[in-house]
This record gives sequence, structure tokens and C-alpha cells, in this order.
Amino acid sequence: MAQFMPLRQAVAENLKDGDTAAFEGFTHLIPTAAAHEAIRQGFKDLTLVRMTPDLIYDQMVGMGMARKIVFSYVGNPGVGLLRRARDAIENGWPNPIEVEEHSHAGMANAYEAGAAGLPCAIFRGYRGAGLAEVNPNIRFIECPFTNERLAAVPSIRPDVTFIHAQKADSKGNVLVEGIIGIQKEAVLSARRAVVTVEEVVDNFDDLHPNLTVLPAWTVGAICVVPGGSHPSYAHGYYRRDNAAYIEWDGIAADRDRFLRWMQTNVIEASPENFAARVEHLRLA
Amino acid sequence: MMSGMDFTPNEMMTIAASRALKSSDVCFVGIGAPSAACNVARLTHAPDITLIYESGTIGTAPDVLPLSIGDSELCETAVTTVSVPEMFRYWLQGGRITIGFLGAAQLDRFGNINTTVIGDYARPKTRLPGGGGAPEIATSAQEIYITMAQSKRSMVETIDFFTSFGHGDGGDHRQRLGIGTKGPTLLITDLAVWRPDPVTKEFTVVSLHPGVTRDQVQETCGWRVRFAETLEQTPAPTELELTTLRDLQTRTKAAHGAAKQGAA
Repeated sequence: MAQFMPLRQAVAENLKDGDTAAFEGFTHLIPTAAAHEAIRQGFKDLTLVRMTPDLIYDQMVGMGMARKIVFSYVGNPGVGLLRRARDAIENGWPNPIEVEEHSHAGMANAYEAGAAGLPCAIFRGYRGAGLAEVNPNIRFIECPFTNERLAAVPSIRPDVTFIHAQKADSKGNVLVEGIIGIQKEAVLSARRAVVTVEEVVDNFDDLHPNLTVLPAWTVGAICVVPGGSHPSYAHGYYRRDNAAYIEWDGIAADRDRFLRWMQTNVIEASPENFAARVEHLRLA
Repeated sequence: MMSGMDFTPNEMMTIAASRALKSSDVCFVGIGAPSAACNVARLTHAPDITLIYESGTIGTAPDVLPLSIGDSELCETAVTTVSVPEMFRYWLQGGRITIGFLGAAQLDRFGNINTTVIGDYARPKTRLPGGGGAPEIATSAQEIYITMAQSKRSMVETIDFFTSFGHGDGGDHRQRLGIGTKGPTLLITDLAVWRPDPVTKEFTVVSLHPGVTRDQVQETCGWRVRFAETLEQTPAPTELELTTLRDLQTRTKAAHGAAKQGAA
């Protein structure tokens, strides 16, 4: 049952060294505040699962928290490469990391299979694709009815999933709107789930009946962190900070500049700083 | 120039790519693909085209080009927005996409694409972003259009990694793998329009953009280029096409600050 608590406590109680952790949000609603809290608490040996690692895994990898990353697109969307992840993969800095790479279809199907309680996902994929040769977790099976050759990947079952969402009601039910991405599957496939939200409202009584709502009993902890997905965005609250994504390319290009930026903006910061970061991006 | 207006090779590329799209198309705009071309088509001759981005936005009509595939503008203007699993399972795998529009870091003559690594996969010289949605777009969309600027670094004899499968070794390689979709049927570069040979599936230049010579095409391509027997000239951009593209880029620049244009 969802409990409201400070982010510091939620991260400390739900993340452990060596965990397989998913911080999800498909471009939209990326749980940056939760990732930064995890960085401040200094977890190690994590297996980090995310379709699009984005800036948060560039930061966590650059801070030496990852043993392995599982992903399907390791770029800075619209800008270029993720330079800290690159440095780890190409040069082993600050530590070598293991890579398990999929396609978006592969990861999306694997999360869905995890949410559905299945051991693996089956879909029409990876035909002629090089990933099938370098990732032993991509295999093929024959359809028992048609004999069609189909791809199979193990389901994703994170120890803990962190997502950001627009709002919770007072009972702890969670609403996700806009580009819903993989939020629902990432929560339902995980053993534990932590949700940061922009705000808490009394109830969801006036909502349309078919919206994406995660019932309170599917979530362990809810933390109110306004602006908590910056520089990603929260549909209906504030815009994506595209300038910050572009600026990141320069910050991440240099190890020392990266470490200085992390010290100032993450290590010496707190969840309460996020509200001010989105002030100029808020929608009227 | 035929239109009496100056234009850049990149503008010609985007506009030539936009002309290939129809109002009846359902187009999956992949990572790195020129969403500029798709949106110019929508704003000129193909107003009813359905543009789909892998973030789940179906029938989107952005006023500015998105910086990422998940910008809010895409969702706000979409007919509907679905989850990512639904996007890939029902809409792409389900066979509802007529055109997959892809870009490439490396391309070979058979339309095979690499956006994963330069060098060896285990010890890459350069780790690129990877495939995203492309591996399944390449095989589940009914056909594939590719657009990229020509250079010897990007159009190569042998790609370093098969991120997404085009025509493989050529001929009937797709059919032999049980892939029933057409694969790459069109390549639009900044210099020419290419189509696969009906039998060998090797990309063949069928039209040169205005002012472009065969030598220029060969000098910027890493394989020995085949030209069609009758080579056409791509019509120069019309004033409407150029104005539409430039206005779109101006709006985009104003919206994103120093953002790259047309990236997806």
C-alpha cells in the first residue's frame, strides 16, 4: 500500500547495492529527482534498466554506480551521444560496465511480459539484426501453431522501479498522462515501486474512467517532488528543458567538468531544488 | 535554378524526401530520421498523412519539429497517444505502418543500416546510440525510406554492425529470412534519388538533383555507384516547398534555442 514519505527515505528503504533497478519514463516523466537521490546515497553495483538511458543513467554510470546497463537506445535524444556511458563502454571509466542491448520492441515486450507475470516475451523481432548475435538473451522459438520463427527475450523483473507521475490522490492512487511510455509496465513488473509526483489532490472522482491510473496498492512509496523530472517534462505542468539537454553534451564531454557539475548540482543539492529548476518552463 | 530560388543540398534532400510521402501513408518516423521531411509533406501536398513517433503518438501534427521523439508537442497534437508496448505490438508489428522512415550513421548498397557502433561491438571505437525502434521498423513496416547526406564515411562498402536489416546480401535475402515486407525501396540523399534494382536489390541512382554530376555522387560514396540507364533530374524545390521548410525550421529554432533541427 502506498505510503507518502520524503524521497530520501523512499530511496533508502527501496534501493540496495546490487539491485536491478529501473528508473523509467520514455522521454517524458523521467524520474530525475529519484536518480539524483540515489546518486547522493551512493549505491553500487547496480544493474540499471532503462529503454533510453538518457541523462540520468549517463550521470549514474559516470558516478560509478553501475555494474551493468540494459537499454535499447543509449543516446541524448535530438542531441547526439551519451558521453559518460560512451566513456564507460569504450574506456572503462570510471569502471568497466556490462552491456545488455535490445531494441525498443524487445524492451517494451520484456516489460509487458514482466507485468504479465510471464518468464519471457515473444514477438516478431530482431530478424536479420546484429543484436541477436551479440546478446545471448535474444533467442528464437517456433510458433507451435504456424511454425513461424519468433524472437524471445526474458521478461524484465526489476527489484525496484522508480517513475515520476503527474499526481496522486490522498489515498495514494497515481495518475499518469500524456506520453505514458512504459510507466505502467515498469511498475507492475517490479517487486517494489517508488513514484515521485508533482502534486497530491484530494481525489480522482472527476477523472475520465479510462485514464492510466496505478492503484495505491501497486505502489510502495509516493514522494511529492515538484519539478522532479527536470530536464525531462511533466505534461500539463512544465515543458522539456531542451536547452539543458543540449548543454549536457558539453558538460558530459569532459570528466572533470562532469564531476564538478555533479558535485554542485546533485551531491550538494536536494529534492527541494527541482521546483526552482522548472519555474521558467511552467505552462501558463 | 529552375525555380529561380537558391537552395542548399540539404534542403533539396528534405524536399525530395517529402515528395515521396502521400496523404494516405501511415509513416513511422524513426530515430535520427528527418521528421522535417515528414512534416513538410504534411504541410504541403499530404495534409492527411498519419505521422507516428515511437513515443506512442499517433497522427501527430507538430507546429515545430520535435527535438526528441517524445516532446509534448507530439502528444498535444496527436489523434491519440498509446503506450510504448502497444505502439510496437499493435501498430508496428500488427502491420499498420505503410512507411518506416529511417536515417543511418552507416549504410551499405543494400540498404542495411548501422547506428550501433563503429568498430568491433565488444570493443567499439565509437559507441553510437544504437537501434531504438529501427530493428523492428525495418522489418515490420510495409516499406522503408532512408534519407541521409552522402559521405564516404557514411556510405560504405561494409557496415560495422547490422542494426537494422535492409536487403542483406541482396536478391531474395529478406524472403529467405521469412521477412515478408518490402524493405528499403527508396534512398534520398543530398545529391540524388536512389531505388533498389528489382533483382539484385542494390541501390541504383535514378535521379540527380539539379546541378549534381555523376562524379559528385561517386566521390561521396564508398561503393562503386550504379546509375540507371535513363537518369532523371529531380525537380528543383518549388517556392511553396522551400518556404514551408524554412518557416518550419525558423519556428523550430525559436522554440528550441540552439537545438539541432529535424533531429528525432
